[in-house]
Amino acid sequence: MPETRLLLKNAEDPALRTINGYKGYGGYASLEQAYKEMEAEQVLKELEDSGLRGRGGAGFSMGKKASFLPRGEMSKYLCCNADESEPGAFKDRELMQRNPHQLIEGIAISALAAGAGHAFIFIRGEYDSQADILDAAVAEAYEAGYLGKDICGSHCDLELVVHRGAGAYICGEETALLDALEGKRGNPRLKPPFPAVQGLYGGPTLINNVETLSNVPHIVRNGAEWFKGFGTEQSPGTKVVSISGCVRRPGNYEVELGIPTRELIMDLAGGPLEGREVKAFYPGGSSSPVLKAEEGIDLPYSFEAMAEAGSMLGSGSIIVADDQVSIPHMALRTARFYHHESCGKCTPCREGTNWTVKMLERVVRGEATPMDLDIVASVQENIIGHCLCVLGDSMAMPVGAMVRKFRDEFEDVIAAASEGEPAVGERLPVVQGAPETLGAAT
Amino acid sequence: MSPVDGYGISNPELPVDRAVSEGRVPDRTPERVPELHEVDCPDDLRERIEELMSRYPDRKSASIPALWAVQRLYGWCTPEGIRQAAAVMRVTPAYLESVASFYDLLHTDPVGSHKIAVCTNISCWMRGGDELLDAFKAAAGEDDERFFVTGFECLGACDIAPMASIDERYFGPLEAAEARTAIEQLRDGAAVLPEKALEKRPLPGGPDA
Repeated sequence: MPETRLLLKNAEDPALRTINGYKGYGGYASLEQAYKEMEAEQVLKELEDSGLRGRGGAGFSMGKKASFLPRGEMSKYLCCNADESEPGAFKDRELMQRNPHQLIEGIAISALAAGAGHAFIFIRGEYDSQADILDAAVAEAYEAGYLGKDICGSHCDLELVVHRGAGAYICGEETALLDALEGKRGNPRLKPPFPAVQGLYGGPTLINNVETLSNVPHIVRNGAEWFKGFGTEQSPGTKVVSISGCVRRPGNYEVELGIPTRELIMDLAGGPLEGREVKAFYPGGSSSPVLKAEEGIDLPYSFEAMAEAGSMLGSGSIIVADDQVSIPHMALRTARFYHHESCGKCTPCREGTNWTVKMLERVVRGEATPMDLDIVASVQENIIGHCLCVLGDSMAMPVGAMVRKFRDEFEDVIAAASEGEPAVGERLPVVQGAPETLGAAT
Repeated sequence: MSPVDGYGISNPELPVDRAVSEGRVPDRTPERVPELHEVDCPDDLRERIEELMSRYPDRKSASIPALWAVQRLYGWCTPEGIRQAAAVMRVTPAYLESVASFYDLLHTDPVGSHKIAVCTNISCWMRGGDELLDAFKAAAGEDDERFFVTGFECLGACDIAPMASIDERYFGPLEAAEARTAIEQLRDGAAVLPEKALEKRPLPGGPDA
């Protein structure tokens, strides 16, 4: 099955970045339609009916989230979460780089639906060139009257600010994002109150991912029924899937939700190198519990199928590990990331990530015993659900799954080292060279 | 009665002389917001930060952008630069320092003018991110203070793994040998690895069907 491009349609055309290029493909028609002809409640209902689920990780209904904001006159805010920092995820980067106006249009329409007068795009600081592209696009949209005062004669105003972060994975967590946007250290907040009730500057705040908001213009233009024609009943629409790791053609592919995972990995991304087998994969970024190839590769790629298999679709980022990848090393690499990014506010996460790294280092150095694997597993159980945010859980779930599903491989590493064989060492072995050259994709 | 009084001096009445050092004498005068005339803030930095503050409902929201402005001007978040930004924003320098120290991209110590971040996270590690980092470190050399080479967590470009962010632009996929080329190009002031720039990369699935 080929790709189904809605969000990435015409994305190869560099002119799409400019407002004229975007309008040439029918852009901003949805915004004009929404602001001129529709009531906020109508837009909200259309979004709710479409069943669009958040594309940032949690998969919560976007329309429902927007409907939680209180009605009435008050300062409400919309934040676009563009702090894409999950290892394996790079879809928002592609969407912002190739089609910034689609996002701006989606933000403006969603702000109308939510009654927000001030919107922010919180983009990670590393995405400097994408932030420059957004800055230019926002300036064009102000110039054309799609942002600012009295948009399209509707008496509705919207200010949009592109806010660059400065390098912290935790700021992708919605309440930490709000703290960072308020100019503080990015520590998560206790929930409730949820941001929809009390968010940015204490006001009701709608927070959505780049890809979620990029879907909005298409839903308004074509209707909820049309949108539900794509994907599955519980996961309508398309998904931009980032595939990386041990595949021949890593990159972003936009497909209907619910297509077989095998097609994504083996056909679109080209599968592993000649003579190698897929061993396992993260179905939804590094936070999702790893699935063995045999348990996951024939599942439909949808929110519900991944949840049923004990994992999650998350941000829709597949990282493939082939038979050359050492799972204990992959677990260590994963744990190190979360250890580095833990903000330190909650003890189970701060200490749990630290000790997991130390124990996994002992495993790959050959200083551990099989009993230590039980301790590694129990540490994971004691992190999950015990912190303000899910950063610790995001380490505990994949590491716990790896220890559980590949325990023999961990034990082999320990046994090999204890029998005096050269220790594998801490260095993570390279398993694959650079991918095929540019433009080799067919 | 507390065994130690507020000023860190041992209580002679105690049977055992606890290990009490002179300690830090509590500062009864909290840090205040510096005045503009005390900090000698360049006009363009002040104007830039004022413009940034005007974008937000609350001026404190401009703290990260203001620190970016300081870093762009001085190369890193210098104590003087932080004091200047604090004076413009009407916050204490300690407040801005607490923000700067939280984020990986804001430097509170001096760094080289060319910043090279090599991704070593899962997808890049599988394809040689650690080796690429070694190659960049070797090519830049230890003594050349113009280069700041560091390993970095996922930069969001696993499609071009192994990759590096060089002066805030993405390049990949890179062979270890290309690290030397890139460093030489930076030394010569030439364009860096133009054919490996992320912007040049087409969608992997090709044009629309």
